[in-house]
Amino acid sequence: MTDKTGSESPANPDIEIPSAAAADAEYVLRLYVSGQTPRSVLAIENMRRICAEHISERYTLEIIDIYLHPEACQKEQIIAVPTLLKVLPHPLRRIIGDLSNTEKVLIGLNLAPRPGATRPASG
Amino acid sequence: MIEHAQLSKSATGIDGLDAITEGGLPTGRPTLLCGAAGCGKTLFGVTFLVQGAVRFKQPGVLMTFEERPDDISANVESLGYDLPGLIASKSLAIDQVRIERGESEESGDYDLEGLFVRLGHAIDSIGAKRVVLDTIENLFGGLSDATVLRSELRRLFAWLKEKGVTAIITGERGEGQLTRHGLEEYVSDCVVLLDNRVQNQITTRLLRVVKYRGSTHGTNEYPFLIDHQGISVLPITSAGLRHQTSNEPVPTGVQGLDDMLGAGGYYKGSSVLISGTSGSGKTIFGSHFADATCSRGERCLYFAFEESPGQIVRNVLSVGLDLQKHLDSGLLRFEAARPTLYGFEMHLARMNRDLDEFKPATTVIDPISAFRGPESEVHSVLLRMVDILKTKGITAVMTQLTSEHERMASGDQGIPSLIDTWVALGALEAGGERNRGVYVLKSRGMGHSNQVREYQITNKGIRLLDVYRSVDGVLVGSARRQAQALQQKKSRGKTNGKTALKPASKERRGLRSQGKSR
Repeated sequence: MTDKTGSESPANPDIEIPSAAAADAEYVLRLYVSGQTPRSVLAIENMRRICAEHISERYTLEIIDIYLHPEACQKEQIIAVPTLLKVLPHPLRRIIGDLSNTEKVLIGLNLAPRPGATRPASG
Repeated sequence: MIEHAQLSKSATGIDGLDAITEGGLPTGRPTLLCGAAGCGKTLFGVTFLVQGAVRFKQPGVLMTFEERPDDISANVESLGYDLPGLIASKSLAIDQVRIERGESEESGDYDLEGLFVRLGHAIDSIGAKRVVLDTIENLFGGLSDATVLRSELRRLFAWLKEKGVTAIITGERGEGQLTRHGLEEYVSDCVVLLDNRVQNQITTRLLRVVKYRGSTHGTNEYPFLIDHQGISVLPITSAGLRHQTSNEPVPTGVQGLDDMLGAGGYYKGSSVLISGTSGSGKTIFGSHFADATCSRGERCLYFAFEESPGQIVRNVLSVGLDLQKHLDSGLLRFEAARPTLYGFEMHLARMNRDLDEFKPATTVIDPISAFRGPESEVHSVLLRMVDILKTKGITAVMTQLTSEHERMASGDQGIPSLIDTWVALGALEAGGERNRGVYVLKSRGMGHSNQVREYQITNKGIRLLDVYRSVDGVLVGSARRQAQALQQKKSRGKTNGKTALKPASKERRGLRSQGKSR
């Protein structure tokens, strides 16, 4: 069972994201956590906050408990927990940790420029 | 003293290693297997799992951090390990952990619970009893927080113990420590070190059990082999002087030579040296021995270090010895290798394995003089070789090349003391001719002839000739023929008269009765 929370739509790439700006890419994210550990709870909170602040209304967030879905770990190459997987837009990126460093998360989501990179943030 | 229960051990199925560790790796505990790249760590791990699954019905999990499962399967296929088949029958599970640093970003704290869950899932899904982590240190390349990694690894090894699985954790050899990231700090129940040593451009693989908590173990470095049969470790340094002795003679295969030996042949299980200059027919003597063994319906293993088997078979066929038929019947087997192909230890190790596998009654080692190197090393190898052969009760004929200038009897490599029976071949130079002579230099535990006998290599093999002595000594070559003719003439002339020259063949078994031979 996947645990879908918040304003997220079901994890279906075909789903219409409400009020998604045409120019802005839609985000499909998966967050792998280990049960209800403080670190997992913190990661979920952080993720929801970042989503609401930066990609509100144009994201799908799926939260997966690895204890309930151990086979997903192998399939998605999860080692560290929590791991946030950016499935879309391409390329696939993973951000590990409790996501308390917002700047790093934004870099990983391509919402902030990589240090030293000249390319402005897209999306 | 109260007898304590022995530490429970899980056999690795790797011959030799189980002997060194007195039963295998500690059951339910992790073992660290470390060595430099190319030492065979992965193969050790895979062998442990495959043998566990096939021979001991213990399913196993391989978690690989390096090689792809398909590559591993392909690599061990030639050893007869059917990994896909084992996976299908739920005897094996392989999980590849890919760590790509460029793909991930780190933000905040994390732990390796994902790894635990994966491993736990794999273990539970097949009821695994064995686990191999190869090479977990690769995590250090993928994750930047070494402190977290270290504490998580410590937790992982404790967790593995709790799970009760027998685990092998491989680690790359590091500078000044056993592993690059100091895994030995966490895995301390059993540590096995693999090494690849190159000396004189020859590589020898060595294994050493560095530590084994709660158990005694062999402490030496043991050579091990990786070849088409997989891994075999050879605890050959343990050979001792405990072998059985036998009074049973084993025919030499050479007509006449048996009679020179008091027992009527070599003693069973003894070690025989046939030394001679080049062209003296050492290989033919050896082949006679092999032929005689096989003709009795026993097996003979022929180690050829200078000639190819085909060449030996062809060459001795020219003197009337058909070894091919013994090859065809499976009683004779050749193991040919250049001495320089492996180190001494490796040769010994291979020979030991071949002997165990073929279980021959006799063996021919042709020639041992092919082993060149520091005298002490060669001596040590030959000593152990003789020990191995004796322990197994195999009668061995070894040939040795002596140089033209050396005395017929002189030997090097310190082998004389190891040898039970020494047959020396050499040239007898007299009357402007070179003829071939053979004599028994020594033969422990039996009387033997002290005569130098002339022999010929004929198209029916080696033939020892009757001895003709004169006041000047033994007559050989044309002088002998002359004496023979003379004697025949005389015996035709007068029937019972005394002859100045007489065939000494009747006295050839006379032990100390005859005068000095040259």
